[in-house]
Amino acid sequence: MAVTELVVVPSTPSDDPGPGPRVDRSTRPASRLGRVVGSILLVAFALALLVPFFWMVLSSFKNPNEVFSVPVRLWPETWHWEHYVELWTDTGMATWLRNTIFLSTVVTFLQVLTGSFAAYGFAKVRFPGRDVLFLLYLGTIAVPWQSYMIPQYIMLAQFRLTNTLLAIIVLQAFGAFGVFLMKQYFESIPEELSEAARIDGLNEYSIWARIMLPLSTPALASLALLTFVNTWNDYLGPLLYLRSKENWTVQLGLKNFVANNLEADYAMLFTGLTISVIPIAVIFLLGQRFFVEGIATSGLKG
Amino acid sequence: MTSAVADGIGTPSPRRRSKLVLRNTLLGWSFILPNFIGFALITLVPVVSLFYVSLTDYNVFGKGEFIGFENFQKLVADPLFHRSFINTLYFAVLHVPLTIVVSLGLALLLNTKLRGVAFFRTAAFFPYITSIVAIALVWNLLFSPDFGPINQFLRFLGIENPPGWLTSQDWAMPAIVIISTWRDMGYYMILFLAGLQTVPRELYEAARVDGANALQRFWNVTLPGIRPTMFLVTVLLTIASLKIFDLIIVLSPGGTQAPNQATVVLSQFIYQKGFIESKFGYASAGAVALFLVCIIATVVQFLINKKRSA
Repeated sequence: MAVTELVVVPSTPSDDPGPGPRVDRSTRPASRLGRVVGSILLVAFALALLVPFFWMVLSSFKNPNEVFSVPVRLWPETWHWEHYVELWTDTGMATWLRNTIFLSTVVTFLQVLTGSFAAYGFAKVRFPGRDVLFLLYLGTIAVPWQSYMIPQYIMLAQFRLTNTLLAIIVLQAFGAFGVFLMKQYFESIPEELSEAARIDGLNEYSIWARIMLPLSTPALASLALLTFVNTWNDYLGPLLYLRSKENWTVQLGLKNFVANNLEADYAMLFTGLTISVIPIAVIFLLGQRFFVEGIATSGLKG
Repeated sequence: MTSAVADGIGTPSPRRRSKLVLRNTLLGWSFILPNFIGFALITLVPVVSLFYVSLTDYNVFGKGEFIGFENFQKLVADPLFHRSFINTLYFAVLHVPLTIVVSLGLALLLNTKLRGVAFFRTAAFFPYITSIVAIALVWNLLFSPDFGPINQFLRFLGIENPPGWLTSQDWAMPAIVIISTWRDMGYYMILFLAGLQTVPRELYEAARVDGANALQRFWNVTLPGIRPTMFLVTVLLTIASLKIFDLIIVLSPGGTQAPNQATVVLSQFIYQKGFIESKFGYASAGAVALFLVCIIATVVQFLINKKRSA
């Protein structure tokens, strides 16, 4: 499959050689014009991307009926911090956040652990049927989850897992993505290292734990980040499986803000939205480097 | 390969070899098994049993009777299924090319040495890591017909009757395409960016020496150079578009906000029939349709790609 055709490409900002001595295009008038047009386009893009977020955060501080003022005002007239307190005390937000953090952490841990373990088998051990098995893993990427969610639900209901957090863990923890990403990375680690370790008497499991894992920090970090974000943001899984309110995740709680109040308190809704986005934004900014690299190398998940 | 042969001295005897194969098989499976058990139970078994469930009248109360192709006959005659099938294709046909053009454009822009490119790369990615629920809710309000900022802006520009967006039959789907493209472009931009960096710089220099202008360089160097990436992006985008669910279910629950089920899609049909109306068997027949559409789209794209690279 073509997925494997993408190889490791450094695309992080720090890898840019910078405006070095390579080609000095700025001396040519045509490219100076291009530069101006390019910059304008970039700024326009950035505005289109970020203004909805600014609007969301600023609206959370507004008076509820100020959210839809005509003409539209971006900045709140007076700052209402109390929405944040109310949200915390009057809704299940604290519980939903705790559930979401719990699910994301456990799923990430399992995905990274079992994914990288299996990837070692696929990348470094040769045995008959290996490639067919891996193709089976890859093939499931073309099958949308929505098409098999019903038989899956019937099965998990028979195991009495509906309306438990365990259902979401089982659902998310064994994806093909982690295996694929880690396999790609392990294959780039030279075989000589493992050979040397074998001569020193290490068995294959120790090679995985003591050589492969430490050398794969970027891939492990990007897999962890991607899994965490995906579990945090998942909506359909919790919608199907988590029926009672104390099991809800942040996403279900947010949706409920609108579904249940016909006269929704929009300022409150924006407060909830902001709270749901902030943790993921912080994690993303911290791990942004790996994130971008991980996606560029694998090109998977969508 | 070397590691396997290195154990034997000279040519390994057949017995020794088969012992080695057995050892490696056990070793390989011991690594794969913890993940495979979960993967098989949660993914493989349901995918296979989908076809059986679609031939039964399974409901929430228990075992379903085998009823042959009855579900499919009903499906063919179901107007809601027709709507969702057509809407799904409509969404994909708008969304896939638009997202490719926008994210490739963004990637080309960010592949230059403009000031602040690093910041924009991060910014472009921001919508993608935000949950679809949050995005749907924010954009629902941005698009709100009378007081929403977008229509206020359009009126400011002199458009007297801006569209009702999500409440309008004609504009609901385009609005969803806009939101979806806005969210996805950062992700596909990163893929294109990675692809662009594999195109050898010498080719651009050579083209420049031959007098090719920027557009010609794009057509004759960039596009052929990123063909593998283009293939990958198209496949991933198509599957993602065909299975769209979250955005639509949050924006238009039950397909009700826009009149005449203007936004109902296949995943929503499956959800509605299965989890709201408890008709697991019938919903699975719809799921088989979604499954087949995705597989056919992938195989067709694969064949086209193969033919072109030959």
